[in-house]
Amino acid sequence: MDRIPILRMGKFLLVTIQIDLYDRLATNLETDLVYMVNKTGARGVLIDISALSIVDSFMGRILGNIGSMARIMDAETVVVGMQPAVAITLVELGLELKGVHTALNVEKGMELLQKKINGLDDEEDEIAANEDSTD
Amino acid sequence: MKIEKEQDVVPFRNRVKEYAVRIGMSVVNQTKLITAASELVRNMLKYANGGNTIIEVISEGRNSGIRLIFQDKGPGIKDIDLAMKDGFSTGKSLGLGLPGAKRLVNEFEIKSSVGEGTTVSIIKWKNG
Repeated sequence: MDRIPILRMGKFLLVTIQIDLYDRLATNLETDLVYMVNKTGARGVLIDISALSIVDSFMGRILGNIGSMARIMDAETVVVGMQPAVAITLVELGLELKGVHTALNVEKGMELLQKKINGLDDEEDEIAANEDSTD
Repeated sequence: MKIEKEQDVVPFRNRVKEYAVRIGMSVVNQTKLITAASELVRNMLKYANGGNTIIEVISEGRNSGIRLIFQDKGPGIKDIDLAMKDGFSTGKSLGLGLPGAKRLVNEFEIKSSVGEGTTVSIIKWKNG
């Protein structure tokens, strides 16, 4: 069966969608990503959709689902490279892509993920430090 | 063009794109048309197990456009007004398909009778 490859890079998982997806391929990607987050303990998921010429409500829902599922598994998701026409269409369609961050390109997306994760870790450190000081 | 399974959706979208490119439609309008087509084809597959589609180039004065017709012999829609509302779905989706598709095109016509099927016709003008 066709599958979209998921690459691991340090704490992150990278997915580049190079072909127009039919529904089964998109739902497989959703499941595969959640399993990969679990298996690798990844903290961030980056999805490059620059090659996608359309994102309809189904694909939008899958992206949102991936974001929500990954978050439950303690990973942040960023969608990068959306074409301007796709952004215009999505908003008119009525989709807001809740649950995922977006960035202009892969580089900015990686920066964003790095920042999000550092931010979260700092918060945890602070909480831990506060707990220590009250002992 | 017949739509019988999920895998037919991508070739159908490509066909629509070919027509849109041929009449010189802008990328934004192409994207809107193809997205609307994708929503309607998905509905057809999901609720009626597929159906038939027609793609045609139309013109009115100097303006040209693409008309897409989606015909199915599914269960039909009981309450079209309700089905056209944002967020209403009898399936598990977001309920954006029909109203969203309508927003993306210039003309949208839906006819449905329970037990007989549904026909949706949309037009996207090149300059519209």
